Amino acid sequence: MNAIISISRRSFIVGVASTAGGLSLGFNLPFIKPALAEGAETAAEINAWVVIRPDDTVVIRIARSEMGQGTLTGLAQLVAEELNCDWSKVTTEYPSPAQNLARDRVWGNFSTGGSRGIRESHEYVRIGGAVAREMLIAAAAAEWGVPASECTARMGMVTHPASDRATFYGQLAAAAARMTPPANVTLKDPKDWTIAGKPLPRLDTADKLNGSQVYGVDLKLPNMLNAAIRACPYFGGKVESFDAAAVAGMPGVRTVVQVDETAVAVVADTWWRAKTALDALPVVWDEGPNRQVTSATIAAMLEEGLGANDAFVGAEQGDAGAALSATDRTVTATYAFPYQNHATMEPMNATALYTPERCEVWVPTQNGEASLAAAAEAAGLPVQQCEVHKIHLGGGFGRRGNFQDYVRQAVSIARQVPGAPVKLMWSREEDMLHGAYHPTTRCRLRGALDADSNLTALHMRISGQSILASVRPEGMQNGMDPVVFQGLVLNGTEGTLGYTVDNLLVDHAMRNPPIPPGFWRGVNLNQNALYVECFMDELAHAAGVDPLAFRRKLMANHPKHLAVLDAVAERIGWDTPPADGVHRGLAQIMGFGSYVAAAAEVSVTDGQLRIHRIVAATDPGHVVNPAQVERQVEGSFVYGLSACIYGECTVNGGRMEQENFDSYEVVRMADMPAVETIILPSGGFWGGVGEPTIAVAAPAVLNAIFAATGKRIRTLPLKNHDLA
Amino acid sequence: MARLTINGAPRDIEVDPDTPLLWVIREQIGLTGTKYGCGVAACGACTVHIDGVATRSCVLPVSAVEPDQQITTIEGLSPDSSHPVQQAWLALDVPQCGYCQAGMIMAAAGLLMQNPNPTDEDINAEITNICRCGTYNRVRAAIKLAANGGEAAQRG
Repeated sequence: MNAIISISRRSFIVGVASTAGGLSLGFNLPFIKPALAEGAETAAEINAWVVIRPDDTVVIRIARSEMGQGTLTGLAQLVAEELNCDWSKVTTEYPSPAQNLARDRVWGNFSTGGSRGIRESHEYVRIGGAVAREMLIAAAAAEWGVPASECTARMGMVTHPASDRATFYGQLAAAAARMTPPANVTLKDPKDWTIAGKPLPRLDTADKLNGSQVYGVDLKLPNMLNAAIRACPYFGGKVESFDAAAVAGMPGVRTVVQVDETAVAVVADTWWRAKTALDALPVVWDEGPNRQVTSATIAAMLEEGLGANDAFVGAEQGDAGAALSATDRTVTATYAFPYQNHATMEPMNATALYTPERCEVWVPTQNGEASLAAAAEAAGLPVQQCEVHKIHLGGGFGRRGNFQDYVRQAVSIARQVPGAPVKLMWSREEDMLHGAYHPTTRCRLRGALDADSNLTALHMRISGQSILASVRPEGMQNGMDPVVFQGLVLNGTEGTLGYTVDNLLVDHAMRNPPIPPGFWRGVNLNQNALYVECFMDELAHAAGVDPLAFRRKLMANHPKHLAVLDAVAERIGWDTPPADGVHRGLAQIMGFGSYVAAAAEVSVTDGQLRIHRIVAATDPGHVVNPAQVERQVEGSFVYGLSACIYGECTVNGGRMEQENFDSYEVVRMADMPAVETIILPSGGFWGGVGEPTIAVAAPAVLNAIFAATGKRIRTLPLKNHDLA
Repeated sequence: MARLTINGAPRDIEVDPDTPLLWVIREQIGLTGTKYGCGVAACGACTVHIDGVATRSCVLPVSAVEPDQQITTIEGLSPDSSHPVQQAWLALDVPQCGYCQAGMIMAAAGLLMQNPNPTDEDINAEITNICRCGTYNRVRAAIKLAANGGEAAQRG
C-alpha cells in the first residue's frame, strides 16, 4: 500500500515553504560559503534535499554523518528512488549545521547515532525526493502546455508519451525550482523500489582506495598550525602548573597554552613537532579527588548494588520475589561487563579558526549541531557567528556524537592564536585515556524452574553506571535511566524482551563511578544481551533441556524474536551434530528497533579458542541496501568479539591503565570468523542495523564455549580466563 | 637535510633525523593518504612500501631510510587506482569508514609481492592491521581475488 503524505503537515521538515517561489542559487547566508563548490551559479535547488545541475548531475543533500556505516549511500538511494533519477548521476553533499539553523532546521536532526540514520529519516527524505519529482514533472508540463497527469518521470527524464516529447532533469531544473510544491505526494510501496532495497555499491568507495578521501586529520588550510594536547590523566583532576619556557625554544613551537582547567597544548608548525615538545613539557597535575579509585573499588561499589534494597524498576510482571522464594529449584549467577574504549581508528580531532567576530570549525562529527553548539560556547560567540564544516569520519561508534570535547579544546586553543587555523589532533594515548567509556555494570540473575523445567520466575538485578545520568540528564525519568534496560522491557518498539516469564522483575541499582561513560556502539544492549542470553543457557542446562527448545517455549508470544532465532538455528544445523570437537551456542535480542540472533561454532583446544563460524540473522523491518546491511552485521562481530575476547579498560589510581593498542588489544584478521548473514525483513516497521547485532556476538560465543568446555564465563573479557 | 625517494620522485627536505617517516610523508611531503593510528607500530594504518616491503612508518626514523630506497605510499601504488589490489577492493566494495584501508591495501600489496598465492594462514600471519569497522572478511576475500587476477570466486 502506498502512503499518501500531506505536505502541509510536514512542511516544517521538508521545508518546501522556505524554497517555494524562488530559484535558489547556492546559498546566500551570512558567513557561509556556497555549499556547491562547483556549478553553484547554475545548479538549481529544487528543494532542501535535491539540487540538479544542467549536466543532469543530481546532488542529494545528506544530513546524517557518514562514518563507514553506509548511511550516505542508503539515504541517497531513498531520495533517488522517489526522484526517479539516474543513479549513475547521483552525488551527495552535507548541508552545514549553520545552514540548518538558518533554514529553520529544514534537514531535521543531524545526530547520527542509535542506529537511527535511516530509520528516523526515511520518510522525510523520500518525501523530499517525491516532491522534487513532481516539481520537475510540473515544469515539463508547463513548458509543453500539457496536463502534468499525462507526463511521467523515469531515469532522470520527464516524458509526455502522447506527444512523444521528453527532456532531461538538467534542462528542467531551473524552471522546476520555481514551481509550487505539490500539496501531497504518494510514496512508493517498498515492493516497487528499483534503487532503494538494492545492494548497490557505496558512493564513497573510490576515494578510499588511493588516499584521496580527506578525513579530519588530513585537513590542510592556509597558514594552519598544529596542536598536540595532554589532559590530566586522572579523572576529575586538572592542571596545576606547567613550564612553557622549558619547551618554547624547541623546533617549530609557536606557543604553549592551557586549555580550560584540565589540559595543556603545544601549538607548532607541524603536529610531530608539537607532540615532541609536549612530551618534553613539564606539567604538574592537581590529581583531583579520585586517586583512590581502582577497578577493585568500582567492582565493590557495583557488588553492593546487586543486593541493595532500592532499585529502579524497568520491567515487572507477576511477583518474581514471591515466586523465587516459594521454590528451591532456583539458579543464580552474577555477570560483569567492563569499561570499553571506542578506539576509532582516526583519533579525535578538530580544526578551528577563531577571530573575535567569527569561529569556524572543521570536524569529523556524528552530530554537526552539537559541534556547532560546542564551538559557539567555547568561542563565546553567538551561534550565528559560528560555522561547522562536517568531514568524513574515520570511525565514530558513539564517541563523536554527544561528546564534543575535542571541538571545545580546538576552539579554546584557537582563541589563543586568533586568526590562524589550528588543527588539534589527539595522540592514541590521549584517546585511550580520555574516552567516553562503555559503562560498567554487573547483573545478578535468579531464575526459578518448576517440576516440568519451565522458567516460572526471573529476577535480573543490574547494578552499575548510567550513561544518561552523566551525559544527558534531561533524558532521566524521575531519577531512573530508562536506557539501562535496553532489550529487556515489556513494551515499546525499540527493544522488548523476547521471552514471556510469568513472574519477572528487571531492576537497576544505579551506581555511578567517577569515570565518564558514553554511548558505545550497541550501548546497553551489549551487556543486557550477555546477561539474559548466557543465563537462558544456564537455565536450559539446569533444566536439562536443549537451549533452543528451552527458549522456544518462552517465545510463543514473540514471533519476530523467534523467527531470527529459528533462522540461525536452522542455518547452523542445530538439529544435526557439529563436526568433531566443534560446539555451538545461540543468542537473540531485540534492540534499536530490530530483531537479531546469532549462532556460533567454536572449538577449544588446549585452552585455545577458535571461532569457526558465525551465522547471524536480522529483521530490521525494511532494508534499504542489503549489501550494506551485510557489512554492518559482519562488522558488528569485530566490535562485539573485540569486547568479548580482549576489551577491558582498567582503572588504577584514578586513571585508565591502557594507553594504546598494545595493551588494549582488539580483534584482528586471525581472530575473525566467517560470518554468514541472513536478512529477514518482515516489513511494517523500520529498525536500525549498525548496532543491534554486536550484542549477540559475545553470548553466542560464550554459550558455545560452555558447550565445548563446561566453563561458564561470566566476566568479560575472555583473555582473563583459562579455558584449558 | 635529507633526501628521500617517494613515489619515484627525489625529495629534499629539512627535517630532524629522529622524525618518523610517517610524519615526513604526511606533514612535509603533504601526502595524507598514509594514516596515523597508534604511533607504536601496533595498528598498521601507517603502512608504506620501502623497496617493495610493507613497512610501518610511524616508528621508523627518517634517518634510517637511504636516499635511493624506493618509498611507495598509497598515492603512488598506481597512478589511477588500477593496481590489482585496489581493483579487487573496488570489486568487493571493501572499505567502511576507510581510515585503515590505505594501510590494509599497502600491507596486502606487499604480501602479494612476496607471496603471490597466500593461504588463509599466510593472510592471518601477515595482515595484522587493525580495522574497527570490521572489514576483515572482505579484506581476505579481496586479497584472494587480487591473487587470482580478479577472477577468483568471491568469499564472504
